[in-house]
Amino acid sequence: MADSGVATRQRPGRIGDSVVRPDGREKVRGEFRFSSDLPVEGALWGATLRSVHPHARIKRLDVTPAWKIPGVEAIITADDVPGKSTYGLIFADQPVFASEVVRYVGEPLAAVAADHPETCRKALEAIIVEYELLDPLTDPERAVDGSHPPIHPDGNVIRHQRVLCGDPDATGPVVVEGFYEMGMQDQAFLGLEAALALPDPGGAGVELHVATQAMHEDLHQIAACLGLPEDKVRLILAGVGGAFGGREDLSLQVHTCLLALRTGRPVRVHYGREESFLGHIHRHPARMWMRHHATADGRIIKIEARFVLDGGAYASTSSAVLVNAVTHTQGPYVCENAVVDGWSVRTNNPPCGAMRGFGVVQACFAHEGQMDKLAAACGLSAVEIRLRNAMRTGDRLITGQVVENVAPVERCIRETDALPLPDEPIGGFGDDPMRLPGGAGLTADRGHIRRGIGWGVAIKNMMYSEGFDDYSTARCSLADGVATLKFATAEVGQGFVTIAQQIARTLLGVDDVQLDRIDTTIGSAGSTSASRQTWMSGGAVDMACRRVRERLFEHVGRMWSVDPIRLVVDGDSVVDSSDSSRRISVADATAGQRFEETAEYHHPPTEPLDENGQGDCHTAFAFVAHRAVVDVDPELGLVKVIQVATAQDIGVALNPLSVVGQLEGGIAQGLGLAVMEEIVMQDGKIRNPSFTDYLLPTFLDMPPVVASLIEEPDPRAPLGAKGIGEPPCISVTPAIVAAIRDAIGKDLSRVPVRPQDICL
Amino acid sequence: MAEFYSLRVNGVDREVVDAQLGESLLFVLRERLGLLGTKGACEQGECGSCSVLVDGELVCACLVLAAAQSGRDIVSIEGIAPAGVSTDVQQAFVDAGAVQCGFCTPGLVMAAHSLLERIVDPTDTEIREELSGNICRCTGYGRLVEAVANVAKTRIALGGNRG
Amino acid sequence: MTVSVPTSVAEAVSLLAAAPDSLVLAGGTDLMVEVNAGHRSLDRVIAVDRIEELRDWSISADRRSLTIGSGVPYSLVMDGPIAELVPALAQASRTVGSPQIRHVGTIGGNLGTCSPAGDTLPVLAALDAQIHLRSVSGGRTVSFSHFMTGVKRNSRQPDELITGVTLPVLPGWQGYSKVGVRNAMVIATASSCLAVDESTRSVRVALGSVGPVIIRCTDAEDWVVGQIDWERRAVDDGVVAEFGQRCGVAARPIDDHRSTAAYRRRAIEVLSARQLRRAFPNG
Repeated sequence: MADSGVATRQRPGRIGDSVVRPDGREKVRGEFRFSSDLPVEGALWGATLRSVHPHARIKRLDVTPAWKIPGVEAIITADDVPGKSTYGLIFADQPVFASEVVRYVGEPLAAVAADHPETCRKALEAIIVEYELLDPLTDPERAVDGSHPPIHPDGNVIRHQRVLCGDPDATGPVVVEGFYEMGMQDQAFLGLEAALALPDPGGAGVELHVATQAMHEDLHQIAACLGLPEDKVRLILAGVGGAFGGREDLSLQVHTCLLALRTGRPVRVHYGREESFLGHIHRHPARMWMRHHATADGRIIKIEARFVLDGGAYASTSSAVLVNAVTHTQGPYVCENAVVDGWSVRTNNPPCGAMRGFGVVQACFAHEGQMDKLAAACGLSAVEIRLRNAMRTGDRLITGQVVENVAPVERCIRETDALPLPDEPIGGFGDDPMRLPGGAGLTADRGHIRRGIGWGVAIKNMMYSEGFDDYSTARCSLADGVATLKFATAEVGQGFVTIAQQIARTLLGVDDVQLDRIDTTIGSAGSTSASRQTWMSGGAVDMACRRVRERLFEHVGRMWSVDPIRLVVDGDSVVDSSDSSRRISVADATAGQRFEETAEYHHPPTEPLDENGQGDCHTAFAFVAHRAVVDVDPELGLVKVIQVATAQDIGVALNPLSVVGQLEGGIAQGLGLAVMEEIVMQDGKIRNPSFTDYLLPTFLDMPPVVASLIEEPDPRAPLGAKGIGEPPCISVTPAIVAAIRDAIGKDLSRVPVRPQDICL
Repeated sequence: MAEFYSLRVNGVDREVVDAQLGESLLFVLRERLGLLGTKGACEQGECGSCSVLVDGELVCACLVLAAAQSGRDIVSIEGIAPAGVSTDVQQAFVDAGAVQCGFCTPGLVMAAHSLLERIVDPTDTEIREELSGNICRCTGYGRLVEAVANVAKTRIALGGNRG
Repeated sequence: MTVSVPTSVAEAVSLLAAAPDSLVLAGGTDLMVEVNAGHRSLDRVIAVDRIEELRDWSISADRRSLTIGSGVPYSLVMDGPIAELVPALAQASRTVGSPQIRHVGTIGGNLGTCSPAGDTLPVLAALDAQIHLRSVSGGRTVSFSHFMTGVKRNSRQPDELITGVTLPVLPGWQGYSKVGVRNAMVIATASSCLAVDESTRSVRVALGSVGPVIIRCTDAEDWVVGQIDWERRAVDDGVVAEFGQRCGVAARPIDDHRSTAAYRRRAIEVLSARQLRRAFPNG
């Protein structure tokens, strides 16, 4: 961040301004260092041997042939893990290296360190593994019904959660039901997993430079596996090339540290794209059923639902993802009666865990499909059915929890509806084939195409749930007119670094806000996930800055012999509010002085769910509406999304430029899930672990976004602002699918929607 | 040719020593020559993160065999702007909010320069088609399109002089 | 390992004669993917991308045929004079990968790799392109139908270099259509080239990604010529539909992770029918 000072002075920005990123200049110049950009003299390369079978007993693992390859410096297996042999964010059920059994294709068996990536590759090829194949469990329903023997000592059901609310026998004149299915989505962050581990002399400790979402969550798990005290393991956030949930779990961290400690030399591990698909968790594939009971005029009376989430081989965050899914069954709608059953289960598929939207993406796809069915059954429009059922502040959820947040659901829908529809006809105004589905493939003429419009509305919880003591730590120091902030908040691209500077500038009246290195030498900030950092770390930075400002006021108060309570920051100065002629610049007031404060922000406590899914388990909620316009070629099944309109409940736009970026980026990921992104599994193997076959939306797939930012400051949020990262990707997926249904008049119950789903 | 060859990168002749000859230009730029601005994210030419110019053409460095590039003029992100100065494209990316995690950014800066060399006043669709080889996972592309359109407008207003 | 960078065809073929197991590297957009994945180790490489004579193209004196050097990149084919002479080839070239790929990927490389999904191959098949090969012992020319022998297999001998292709410049409509799930940078799940030769009143159709090789729909071709009102450039809707079905019957698609056989066949039916309608717009 060497240039941040310069950038700041050029464009000072307070809360509410569209401030540019402090790391923007380095990033556009290629000077920003990501975790893959850390060459060190004498460093070795590390690589990981992975299982090629979804379920097998390891009969023999012989590494000796690899030792004969010149340049190999270390080979480690499960026997070489000095501490705890397993890790995991909620349950430590995942081995650092498989020792007796492999449970998914890609599970690590061994790691090597050598002088060149090519040497590593040869060493991995030389290691002999003999397997006894076991019957793989790949159908999650067999985990639910108990018909497959346990594939893990902890059993095949990771969690079962019911939600029972109100009268289970309630019904109404209108009943609609549907089955819904979602494929496995990948976070597909561009910056592949990479890390550099530097061993301390004598192996007493290790320093790990890594791209992660959660510094301290990593630290706790890594130290336990290394068998080292936490103060001997130092994590430094290396540049993170996107995350989206995929860096919440460990991947290469322990392996890299072990190789460095074993060799006594720096070790770099870089995954390639295929290994990345194998090496991190994915979004849970889901099978869902919902039945809505309603009045004749479309008011929801009761919802019944069943969820089965495929958690893959290890637990990761599956239990929390399940809670999000079942507790969001109703969507942003009032519902007094519910019977919901959900399972997250273990299979021999790749482990699944956190991805942007975290269980709510799955639930929303199903409940929004249901709302459209309900609208059709009641003869109402997509907008009207949603308005009639829209939740408000004070409404009670099916968990019994009361929504205390600002809940502008109706406003989200109305403002989205008021946004202009695209003015261009099918195919655009000219003859450009790129404006049609199929694009340069020249598959269609205008006359082949039909247009459709669809809706999606979502509620999303923010922060951690179920009684977790969620907090974030920040330190602010102010000296000689310069503020310095320190926190362990993982900046993964979302722009917290920008917001943090804005908070400090606004509160302290300084332009120059330096950001200290992001590492584990300060208390935890929790993870960059769950739309929580603006609220949590923003809250911590805000609190630390306010305490420093108190110290500044005390200091100036002593200088002027006035009560500090009379002092305010005005522009770049401290001013006596009772005598505005008395004014001193913050720079002058802090000359030769240093004020430093550390703050921990905790959100209000939550509680676990009981066996009937009752309890105040969530911290806060945000809302969003999406309207999608799509052009579809019904005969070929090709889709072009023409426009997405959205209104999002954001509380306050702390940085409007960055808000728009989050909205558009999230929508692109939701679009990907709607029409192209899926990890294709066959017998426990990923069939498409590459960007050639796992398709991400390109410039030509992403339409213009028209957005309305709904700013109703939330009194419960420290800055009035809600997290904005997840809602954009949640209801856009069902909106696009609904638009396709609208265009072709056919039911579609699965995402991603494939061409054959439309035309066959 | 064996374990020694030279490459002309950003106007400077650089010796590549101890290389294995199967190495891509991406690997050699990063690991042999220390030019870390060019990023790798797919190794299949499917993401554009490693875009560089070879003899003026925009290419994916991961698909270029480095050892066969002697005598060619290679420009990487480190060579697109003079030391300490940012190009109009780079500045526009920052100002338009087109940068989030930044991993795709160097490749997109190269692609945007290449596009604006060939098409002075691109339409929205032309921007999208010309940049469609560059994947961005964070931004959804909206700010990127705006940034490139802004540069084109500014250049035209300045009468073709580059900022 | 050695890397040779010949600057003439003569030099390249003598290098190949000396080491026929050498890997011929054109734009690198296929082979480097395999190298990066560790699926192909390099021993001897002959990089042919600096042979100027392969980057040339020419039109015959009677303007009835076009010869394109194997080193001509897709970006050159997409626009300008070649696009006017062989529009289907230009359309196919525009769908290859991304701008970055099109700048270095070549027609010769597409032929060398010989994937059933190679975008220019259905065009070369439909137009009965002649493929020119050269070795130290001389040159030979084979038609496309004899060149491609299987999935990523062709009749090039190890000591031969693909030097170019000759295509007829046909009077009549021609076009290339390709189905992929994404609107850019996508491998064809099905593709079709239809070309009309008004001078002989013939129609040619070739299909990509629906069989181990590019498939010519000779049954549909022979059948449809008799159904066309050549004076009015018209066909009935029923003919259009049946033509599509006949092309679909010719396809030999499989299920894989990119699509299903049933969808690919349907896509061919639709693409071929729509192409016939574009060629003969009057009903």
